[in-house]
Amino acid sequence: MAAVEKQANKQSADGSIWRELPWWLIAIIVFLITMGILIFVQEEFNRAFLFVKGELGSLEDFPDLVAMIGKGISVTIYTTLVAFTFSLLLGLLAGLGRISSNVILRNLAIFYVEFVRGVPTLVLIFTVAFVLVPWIAELIGGENSGVSMNSRAIIALAVIYGAFLAEIFRAGIESISRGQMEAARSLGMTHGQAMRYIILPQAIRNILPALGNDFIAMLKDSSLVSVLAVRDITQQARLYAGSTFRFRESYLILTFLYLGMTLTLSLLLRWFERRLGKNV
Amino acid sequence: MFDSNDVILIDDLHKYFGYVQAVKGVSLRVRQGEVVVIVGPSGSGKSTVLRCINHLEVPTSGAVYIDGIHLESKKTDINKVRTEVGMVFQQFNLFPHLTTLENVTIAQQLVRKRGKEEAVRIAMEQLERVGIPEKASAYPRQLSGGQQQRVAIARSLAMNPKIMLFDEPTSALDPEMIKEVLDVMLLLAKEGMTMVVVTHEMGFARAAADRVVFMDDGVVVETAAPDDLFTNPQHDRTKLFFSKILGH
Ligand SMILES: Nc1ncnc2c1ncn2[C@@H]1O[C@H](COP(=O)(O)OP(=O)(O)O)[C@@H](O)[C@H]1O
Ligand SMILES: [Mg+2]
Repeated sequence: MAAVEKQANKQSADGSIWRELPWWLIAIIVFLITMGILIFVQEEFNRAFLFVKGELGSLEDFPDLVAMIGKGISVTIYTTLVAFTFSLLLGLLAGLGRISSNVILRNLAIFYVEFVRGVPTLVLIFTVAFVLVPWIAELIGGENSGVSMNSRAIIALAVIYGAFLAEIFRAGIESISRGQMEAARSLGMTHGQAMRYIILPQAIRNILPALGNDFIAMLKDSSLVSVLAVRDITQQARLYAGSTFRFRESYLILTFLYLGMTLTLSLLLRWFERRLGKNV
Repeated sequence: MFDSNDVILIDDLHKYFGYVQAVKGVSLRVRQGEVVVIVGPSGSGKSTVLRCINHLEVPTSGAVYIDGIHLESKKTDINKVRTEVGMVFQQFNLFPHLTTLENVTIAQQLVRKRGKEEAVRIAMEQLERVGIPEKASAYPRQLSGGQQQRVAIARSLAMNPKIMLFDEPTSALDPEMIKEVLDVMLLLAKEGMTMVVVTHEMGFARAAADRVVFMDDGVVVETAAPDDLFTNPQHDRTKLFFSKILGH
């Protein structure tokens, strides 16, 4: 560790610091700052920004958090957070099913994962929203129209990402050496106890970076729910562009918002990974 | 067939892994308080026999009884039997995400259903017994191999087992740490623990074993008291093996 730092110092001493700087990051930040200035000083960019984030006009009084950050951004964040929470649950269940010795559970899990993998995300969103949800509503005797489009979007994203996370959970569990399960079992723990208290805590620590990456991926894929007319920032941008023909402003603002969110998240994730690395 | 003193009874055990026949008809009985050492070349089936004793491996045919309980029977609660049979592995297999103390308390709480205070008290007693109470709050990665193995022994002992199984407990250790682990095992043997030990440490066998079982190619070739077996082996295979490992 110390040797690496020393080497880095030496490099900066003979001017090669220019080679080491993260220029890509600086370029992205310059883009973000430029957009921020444009929004501040340019009337058209400002209007587009306020519309896309979902708060045209009424910025004077922000009664609550949603009003402050804007309805559009709130929908994007809310959809991602809730869908990701459910996909974690689905992914854990399917991941455990995937390695289960029970033939039925294992095949169910593989069926789910392979089915989802074989269909484009956009198509799955339509299928879940207009086929699966009505079908389940009918099965449990509920009212199909009672399920909002935003809820359908959340269910769709959760189902899609649950399949990806299942593979991550499976790999994480399989990365723990067999001796851990054997030691736990020979102390008299049940398979479930060993999984819950011995295997999963270690597996989850190993897969946290991968889960973080998928969270960022889901934040981006949440833009697809605009096809269900859910008013996330993508849908807001489309509406604004469609009615004002300000395509450049609308989509630059949209790009700016996504990039700002994903960059913040991935920097947080790197920082977190480094902290985790120190503790291992 | 049963003798009320038999705590372990293995009857004509066979085990296949795919087409590989690892164990080819092993029978063995171990009485209360006995220390049995299993020796033999690598791949002779020693670990497989040991792992059948706590059902980590399921025999292809034959039967294993612990205290008269048939392990392969569907009615047997294997988790209950396992609390009576401690196992120590070559690779220690401590839980790396838990401290030493938590390693020794977790199964007590989950399986023996002891309260936290009682579990901690018993854990500290056992850590005392293996000589490292001061490492209670350390994580496994902060311990030497010898210390890790002693924690692993304490972890098993905290369940108050009637039988302890050891699978080459010192084979992964640096030479200077072997003695500290063997000393703990000798102490256990002296206290009357029933033990089955797979090891190449002939000094330990001589000092602690009531019987030494020599296995080769999936069968028990010969069983005798340690000194008899070392000085006067009956079979050629046994002679060859001991001339190799005792020779130098
Ligand atoms: N899980 C397993 N899968 C396949 N083969 C195995 C497995 N465990 C052991 N074997 C084989 O069974 C034989 C006996 O192995 P083992 O009981 O580990 O021997 P020992 O402990 O005496 O070295 C070896 O040929 C080994 O390769
Ligand atoms: Mg072995």
